[in-house]
Amino acid sequence: MMYSPFLRPAPGVRGVMLTVLLALLPGIATYAWQFGAGILVNLLLASCAAMAAEAAMLRLRGRAAGLALGDLSAVVTAWLVALSLPPLVPWWLTVLAVLIAIVAAKHLYGGLGQNPFNPAMAAYCAMMVAYPALMSQWPAPGQLDFSAQLDLILGGARNIDAISSATALDALRTGLRAPGATVDALRQTPPFGFLGGSGWEWVGAAYLLGGLALLARRVITWHMPLAFLLTLAAVSGTAWLIQPAQFAPPWFHIVSGGALLAAFFIITDPVSGATTPRGKLIFGAGIALVAWLIRSFGAYPEGLAFAVLLLNICVPLIDMKTQPPVFGHRGGESP
Amino acid sequence: MTRQEFRELAHNGLWKQNPGLAQLLGLCPLLAISTNMVNAVSLGLATILVMALSNLAVACLRNLIPYEIRIPVFILIIAALVTVVDLAFNAYFHSLYLVLGIFIPLIVTNCIVLARVEAYAAKNPALTSTVDAVMMGAGLLGVLAVLGALRELAAGGTLLAGIEMLLPGASALHLFGDAYPGFLLAALPPGAFFTLGCLIAAYNAINQRRAARRLHPPSNSPLPAADGRAGASAPLTS
Repeated sequence: MMYSPFLRPAPGVRGVMLTVLLALLPGIATYAWQFGAGILVNLLLASCAAMAAEAAMLRLRGRAAGLALGDLSAVVTAWLVALSLPPLVPWWLTVLAVLIAIVAAKHLYGGLGQNPFNPAMAAYCAMMVAYPALMSQWPAPGQLDFSAQLDLILGGARNIDAISSATALDALRTGLRAPGATVDALRQTPPFGFLGGSGWEWVGAAYLLGGLALLARRVITWHMPLAFLLTLAAVSGTAWLIQPAQFAPPWFHIVSGGALLAAFFIITDPVSGATTPRGKLIFGAGIALVAWLIRSFGAYPEGLAFAVLLLNICVPLIDMKTQPPVFGHRGGESP
Repeated sequence: MTRQEFRELAHNGLWKQNPGLAQLLGLCPLLAISTNMVNAVSLGLATILVMALSNLAVACLRNLIPYEIRIPVFILIIAALVTVVDLAFNAYFHSLYLVLGIFIPLIVTNCIVLARVEAYAAKNPALTSTVDAVMMGAGLLGVLAVLGALRELAAGGTLLAGIEMLLPGASALHLFGDAYPGFLLAALPPGAFFTLGCLIAAYNAINQRRAARRLHPPSNSPLPAADGRAGASAPLTS
């Protein structure tokens, strides 16, 4: 017979990171099913690069390498980088992105727990700015077999035309520039599926599944994903109701691009995100608002990474303004 | 001017109070124009010229300038000299003049020029003032050259692109070959900040290592881990 209180041991960094990795597996499996096994090569490549970079930086900083390498946080960063990048970028781009994430965005700021910016998103933005052409090459579902994908990833051959399929967000943004184009007409074209991008909606659904598992295991709290998704639905829905020809419907925004991956796995980063409950709501809502603005009016098709970095900068202010009152004091007033 | 004075001025300008690495003055042109080495060095040379001339002029006139209105007078003198340099660039290096554009006139507002005039030339005789300006300018030029070279190399794999504007007949070096994909970020404004940050970090690391060696002579003990915060912090003004 067990007696209360039922205290369970805190899982520790390694346990949390392991849970996150496991929760990513359904998404990765769906990704590989829809777009080929090339993503698995990228994941492996990114993990190896991340472990090497982590070990090198720890050694340079005079820290014990064993413990920090074993906590798997570098692998989580590497997987998020690999899942954010297009799946068929050349190998050196993946490695460079991971190096930027681990060396610049994480260790130059003081290592795990000190980084003000989400390392995966910082790396994504750096790559987006540095290699805009390579970063806009997304494959259509089932377009290339595995050997052709390996050729693109590891070989030097860049047959750009073979993989120049646009994502749904990109097709929408460029398509709407044509006079007389409407969202409904565009959504009949190949890059679009039932709700969002063809193929990507299934990957998004699998991320959602993994995210719900994270919620159930209490690795993340409900505040950020809910605030993010609700705000994204609210702002895009309002615009869509006012002008349905020019703005995509809310369900399209939620299942397209990296929205579901970001909602559960990226914005919920415990280090670079807000920490107070009300702050988490503001943080998630702010990212959704900025991301929708960039998607609808900005120069880049997907604005999530930039939105995350922008809100990362605001985190100290958000946390300061949303401190919950100390127990026993009246709300908000200093004693 | 004694040899000792000269060495002190040179050490201050080139290393100890380096405008780009220690004083962090004049960052606007440093960051904006250092996308390649030729632009960076050209603007650095123009800045040296303006600094030397304005320090010389102010040092000669320092006893005639009323103390209360010295800053406007300094700015007027600097502005006149910048106009001279601007017209000279237009006449002799016209294509370079078109590339550098607004940044030559903007030397007027470069705070390192006014800083040396106010801090040094207003209190010292003409010869030492000129030497101070040249050394400070050379320190800035060195940082500009390294920054420009690093950014150019990273962004396009070339070095000395546009050298034909200075030396007709010379051509740029292509170090990494044609297959180099380029790292566009280095040529954009964030790249300037990141590269300068790395340079300042290296500068601080060298200074710390030197200080550590001075405290603990290398014969008997290995270096202590350079783990402390940056020692030589500078006022962050631009």
